[in-house]
Amino acid sequence: MSRHLPFFSEHADHEAAADALTVSGLCHHYGNRPSLKDVTFSINRGERVAVVGPNGAGKSTLFQLIAGILEPDAGTISIYGHRPARHFCIAYVVQRSQVDWSFPVTVSDVVMMGRAGEIGPLRRPGRTDREKVDRSLADVGLYELRNRRIRELSGGQQQRMFIARALAQEATLMLMDEPFNGLDFQSQRAILDIIDTLGERGVTILVATHDLDIAARRFERVLLLNTGMIGIGPAAELFTAGRIQAAFGQHSHTIQLDDGLLIVQDSCCSGGNPPDA
Amino acid sequence: MIWTGLDIWIVVTGALHAMACALLGNFLVLRRLSMMGDAISHAVLPGLAVGFLLTGSRENIPMFVGAAVAGVLTALFTQSINRIGRVDESASMGVVFTSLFAVGLILIVQAADSVDLDPGCVLYGAIELTPLDTIKVAGLDIPRAAITGMVSLGLNLAFVLLLYKELKISSFDPALATSAGFHADLIHYLLMIAVAATTVAAFESVGSILVIAMLIVPPAAAYLLTGRLGIMIVWSLVIAILAAAGGHVAAITVPGWFGYVDTTTAGGIGVVAGLLFAAVFLFAPRNGLVSRMVHRGLLSLRILEEDILGLLYRARESGSMPEPGLDRESVRSSLLAARPAFRFALGHLAMTRHVERTGTAMRLTEEGMQRARSLIRDHRLWESYLHDVADVATDHVHMTSEKLEHITDAVMRDELEAETRAPERDPQGKTIPRP
Repeated sequence: MSRHLPFFSEHADHEAAADALTVSGLCHHYGNRPSLKDVTFSINRGERVAVVGPNGAGKSTLFQLIAGILEPDAGTISIYGHRPARHFCIAYVVQRSQVDWSFPVTVSDVVMMGRAGEIGPLRRPGRTDREKVDRSLADVGLYELRNRRIRELSGGQQQRMFIARALAQEATLMLMDEPFNGLDFQSQRAILDIIDTLGERGVTILVATHDLDIAARRFERVLLLNTGMIGIGPAAELFTAGRIQAAFGQHSHTIQLDDGLLIVQDSCCSGGNPPDA
Repeated sequence: MIWTGLDIWIVVTGALHAMACALLGNFLVLRRLSMMGDAISHAVLPGLAVGFLLTGSRENIPMFVGAAVAGVLTALFTQSINRIGRVDESASMGVVFTSLFAVGLILIVQAADSVDLDPGCVLYGAIELTPLDTIKVAGLDIPRAAITGMVSLGLNLAFVLLLYKELKISSFDPALATSAGFHADLIHYLLMIAVAATTVAAFESVGSILVIAMLIVPPAAAYLLTGRLGIMIVWSLVIAILAAAGGHVAAITVPGWFGYVDTTTAGGIGVVAGLLFAAVFLFAPRNGLVSRMVHRGLLSLRILEEDILGLLYRARESGSMPEPGLDRESVRSSLLAARPAFRFALGHLAMTRHVERTGTAMRLTEEGMQRARSLIRDHRLWESYLHDVADVATDHVHMTSEKLEHITDAVMRDELEAETRAPERDPQGKTIPRP
């Protein structure tokens, strides 16, 4: 019997010479409202890139297009030389607020879900799958908690569980949507350290965040997005008063200091406008 | 009540259909699609009627095909109205299934003149009559409805076992399902077809109203009993069997106690399923209302006891402890405790020999002194930690420590001592007692 039924597709082979991810002229609309306008960039293998922009900038839309969950209105996406959808090699980690934490599964159940593509339909996980799950859990320091219910985990642990799932999936392209939201400093650092390790192992990582400081300090390049693309490059070159203003508008203020740019962000309310404006 | 062989077949038939429904219901509940079961079980009616009118017979196959088509249409219409028309999902479901149900009703009423398809029978079922319509299998007279139930349960078991992984993933994380190479939507529609077919299979015996109960109530109760999907499914099957057996027994016995004749078994099964859910809701070991209340009650009792011990300790420490002890009423009012709770806590403290009561006063025993010392130690270590390590302002540390002292266990205490290097005095200069 063929391992895959017609409605389950094979994983596409990677082209040796292709970039991990190439996006060109990407557009997407929700109804009449454009969510992404003419976005073009490419990412090397093993690179760690922060995708930065205010709320509603299209960060999640971009990730869903790359993961093949949404279809673009125009433009192309190429992952290791192939179009998106049905790539087992993509791990898309949604925002924690979008997960049903009361779902009756344990930590290792969720990590095992990462093996599903490789196991194929109508089959059950085998010993190698279980070993890979255990190893992934150990890699992110959650092995001891593997039999816990997912809702008993802290925010940082929940995020690490999804990283373990990406490891079990043997993903080579990881998309993480706002992984630092609502986490304390320690947990943020733990996740950043794991991301660094993954980068060393050759995993390409895109992390959506609105934290400019984390983006500048811990990522090789930053993609600045606000529906349209504002720029991509190392933070030191990319972050200028003009571009920050273009991305965050009234919600940011930049001050030029001797040793760099001081950016004050305001993620609440009317930003820089007086309350009654 | 007279228990006969027929009753056994009624229970078996009911249990088979109940289990077939409950099996799929687990995934409806987890996908927050409980009302979809309701919608489909109503909307299959026109499918049944059309299948029936086209062939003019009550043959199973055309009716199943009609029902499956209607089931898929319900899911499809609901989804399109929701996505394209931007109508809320439950509202679009309400529109679709009521309209389809009404069409079905008209068709059946029109057809009823020429054929024997009874609307009442479709709604309420006639499980009591099923043992009379038998088929000979291997020399045994087996009711047709029981065979339908077996086939239905068997197919659903195969469906869930084969696609367990896929059902689980697409329910929990549809995005992952898509990137893992199978379409979450496809699984969704397969599930909807299975629900429609199961519903039709169960109609004849239990009726469409009870089908909804069987789809949702056992899985909802099972959900409260466990945190693992596999175990939840097993529990839902057990509850389905209990409801079927209990429901029939109740239907033929309970009315007799009040001088009435037997009532409908379908109704009995529905009521017993509801009662089973209520029992789980109240008494489930972890999530039950009663166990949560008991847990909360015990916790606040322990906190009150510890506050009493702490207050007595501090009074003794400051040298303001009169003979033969502190006045109980003034302790109560300074802790702002309710009288019954205070009396209960004090009774428990006296019983465990932490305090002794003389007249209207009370004081710590040696044992109470020891426990109070360790409580105060925790409190003041927390104050030192918050002040020295976490850099919290002095006037804020007391209230936080007041809460933390009640939840400090041995491991936390060791870590606190290591972090604060176990000082002699707290930030306010008070002695930190040694255990």
